[in-house]
Amino acid sequence: MERKEWPLWEIFIRSRNGLDHKHCGSVHAPDARMALQVARDVYTRRMEGVSIWAVRASDIVASDPDAKAELFDPAEDKIYRHPTFYQLPEEVNHM
Amino acid sequence: MYTQSLSIPDGEVKGPRKLENPEYLAEFNAKIDAGDFIEAKDWMPEAYRKTLVRQISQHAHSEIVGMLPEGNWITRAPSLKRKAILLAKVQDEGGHGLYLYAAAETLGVSRDELTEALLSGKAKYSSIFNYPTLNWADIGVIGWLVDGAAIMNQIPLCKCSYGPYARAMIRVCKEESFHQRQGYDLLLQMMKGTEEQREMVQDAVNRWWLPSIMMFGPHDKDSIHTETARWGIKRISNDDLRQKFVDATVKQAEVLGISLPDPLLKWNAERGHYDFSPIDWDEFWNVVGGHGQCNVDRLAARNKAWAEGAWVREAAIVHAEKQAAREKVAA
Ligand SMILES: [Fe+2]
Ligand SMILES: [Fe+2]
Repeated sequence: MERKEWPLWEIFIRSRNGLDHKHCGSVHAPDARMALQVARDVYTRRMEGVSIWAVRASDIVASDPDAKAELFDPAEDKIYRHPTFYQLPEEVNHM
Repeated sequence: MYTQSLSIPDGEVKGPRKLENPEYLAEFNAKIDAGDFIEAKDWMPEAYRKTLVRQISQHAHSEIVGMLPEGNWITRAPSLKRKAILLAKVQDEGGHGLYLYAAAETLGVSRDELTEALLSGKAKYSSIFNYPTLNWADIGVIGWLVDGAAIMNQIPLCKCSYGPYARAMIRVCKEESFHQRQGYDLLLQMMKGTEEQREMVQDAVNRWWLPSIMMFGPHDKDSIHTETARWGIKRISNDDLRQKFVDATVKQAEVLGISLPDPLLKWNAERGHYDFSPIDWDEFWNVVGGHGQCNVDRLAARNKAWAEGAWVREAAIVHAEKQAAREKVAA
């Protein structure tokens, strides 16, 4: 087929004020305006959201799953970053 | 639902990392065994990816084709209330199709390839949608039995090992309960009506019962999909799901005041389940093979809609490109 496919957009929805936008899926749309329109119809038929972000899938930069070890493992041996690392006297341990 | 677990050979699909590598494979198997999710960019065996593309796209096609038998009645719904409900239900099914196509696309197939496979008849969809909707009670029975069977099938998929599919299924399942309840509610209403209306309900149940229990697919012993269980894609077998569905439906039929059309249907205290008649699988394979009452109509309707929408898809992209070019000049 010679026709070009509508580009893919990733859709993020804020379910209510006070919460982050959260990825919920993707849609195909020719432009930003239509992406929002389509996202509204596909992902918010039951008041699931108060705000929509649409981002062209091709604009998203993602970390490489093969680099998982080098990116995230170093945090594992830094347990002193967690509050539970510090053993305090019983009387003040709720600190 | 509508994953009947049919093995239909499919063409070569393109993906980012195809290389089979024993180290990757061991890592993948360990994740599956630990009950972890596999995400789109993670390495996966080619067979796992192909199985998912086939299953998710069959499922998506079923949602889309499934809009046709019910859409058929939107203009003839007997009240504004029922029309609004049916419109919302059919729109949901369209949404389900779109969630699922998006999930399939994360596996490296394009939406157009998937659409083409449906339109050319190469891809399958659930056999249930090749039966006609003859009277208004059919709309209620579809909600009650067909969506009911779909729910049984879909709930375990919310825990399927492939993340994007599992998340799409959670979304779908949240919406399905409305589908089943509105159908049952419609039937309850008809049962309170005239003798003729009650007969319409019974007639619809008589026609949809067998096709509904066939929705769970072939018996486990004839099923070739042991891998899907190993990979955490299908977590409950066809026969177990079917039995669960039959057990749940008997009481609902009783409350409704209709009989299920199976003389051998009866409680088996020893098994703790209802027994039911053997299924005529020739009928099933006949419909799957393209010889059901509506196969030709359904595909024709999808092809017509796709062809008639072509100018809109083209115009929208040309417009978007023109706008983008103009903005560039202005900037
Ligand atoms: Fe659905
Ligand atoms: Fe449904």
